[in-house]
Amino acid sequence: MRILVTVLAIASGVTVLAGYFLAGAVPVLDQARFILTDWAVILAGMAALIGVANLVFVHIEKVRSQPGTSLYSAVLIIALFGTTLYGVIAGPEDSFLNFAVTAIVIPVEASLLALLAVTLVYACIRLARRRADVMSVIFLVTIVLFLLAVMPTPIGPIPVLDRLILGMTGVVSGAGARGLLIGVALGTLLTGLRVLLGIDRPYGGN
Amino acid sequence: MTALGVLLLAAVILLVFVVLRRRSPAVFRRIEAYERLRKAIGLAVEGGTRLHVSVGRGDLLTGRGGSALAGLAMLRRLSEQTSFSDQPPIVTSGDASLAILSQDALQAGYRAAGAEEQYRFTTGRLTGLTPFAFAAGTVPIIHDEKISANVVIGDLGPESALLAEAARLENVDLIAASDNLSAQAVLYASSQEPLIGEELFSAGAYLGAGASHDASLQTQDLLRWLIILAMLGGAVLKVLGIGF
Repeated sequence: MRILVTVLAIASGVTVLAGYFLAGAVPVLDQARFILTDWAVILAGMAALIGVANLVFVHIEKVRSQPGTSLYSAVLIIALFGTTLYGVIAGPEDSFLNFAVTAIVIPVEASLLALLAVTLVYACIRLARRRADVMSVIFLVTIVLFLLAVMPTPIGPIPVLDRLILGMTGVVSGAGARGLLIGVALGTLLTGLRVLLGIDRPYGGN
Repeated sequence: MTALGVLLLAAVILLVFVVLRRRSPAVFRRIEAYERLRKAIGLAVEGGTRLHVSVGRGDLLTGRGGSALAGLAMLRRLSEQTSFSDQPPIVTSGDASLAILSQDALQAGYRAAGAEEQYRFTTGRLTGLTPFAFAAGTVPIIHDEKISANVVIGDLGPESALLAEAARLENVDLIAASDNLSAQAVLYASSQEPLIGEELFSAGAYLGAGASHDASLQTQDLLRWLIILAMLGGAVLKVLGIGF
């Protein structure tokens, strides 16, 4: 069974890749690529349902095993089933269902974003105490300079200085970012090749 | 055709290095974060605490899937090494397909260690499908589940700062890496030993996942040198006024 799974995975991967590179020369490969990608999208949709089921099981277990401290889990389960049931009956265009998203989900995510800003400032302050080396100093100085250049002031942007800072940090950070991205791209390429060649099997193999 | 050529070249070099590494294992430079991870694994097994592993929210149908696959390879190795602990590791992810694969990787690790009966599917969890929902679902796990170390490797964004802050409040280790530049900046400021750039993909090799991971790392190094030479060569040709 494992061999069959491996053969199927490798064959699918090679077909999609060949369809991408040889679309002009062998049109049938391009068609096969789209069919396989469509199947993958359908499977990913089913995976979302399984993922939600997993979420429910985890929180039901939490409510059962820690009844005194699992109020949030209970709220999650009730809200999930409540909105799902209502959505199935009323349809996705219902105004109350949209209200639940715009008045609850979006404000909660926005408040987490605000919390993130405070957390990041605090992390930068702690970095200066925890790891006071050259790289940390460069990191912090760059942040401060960049904030100086983009911050709003009563007289608008700081004359000359803003373009100077953005130009300097832009060149240096752009070069650094490209270096990092080349490294990440190589890592992604090699990880994909390991899976494609069947050396690594993230689908239950050895 | 250039892209196909690079792909084939990388595949050939990888296979050559796999053969070479099976004969003699590679020696790598010391990375402090992975030293910490090794200690954390030992402490978790001996101390009756557990690891929290997060493989991020990389969609396998996009280019972000590479970091997710690297996280899964690391997870597979970690689950094998910690399967005999009283407290099995908890795995979180922010993508449904990835959550299923993480459960599979966990189970494969238990199976390899001969402890498959100890595997519980509820230890592989989908905590949220949007970045902040994922963070909001993961933070309580760091606070409530007797976690001794957090290993966060995969595709994450700036929301990783919330995970780092939760780890700091619990005074536990955080070993984190992401393929996302924003997350790398955030984690550089907030984790004890940051992993930068392609170091994310070296987790398997540093955890002893086998010759293929060692070979992969060496192929990356060789390709990086080839890219550097190509860039320098291109710059020299440009200066000399030779176009191509």
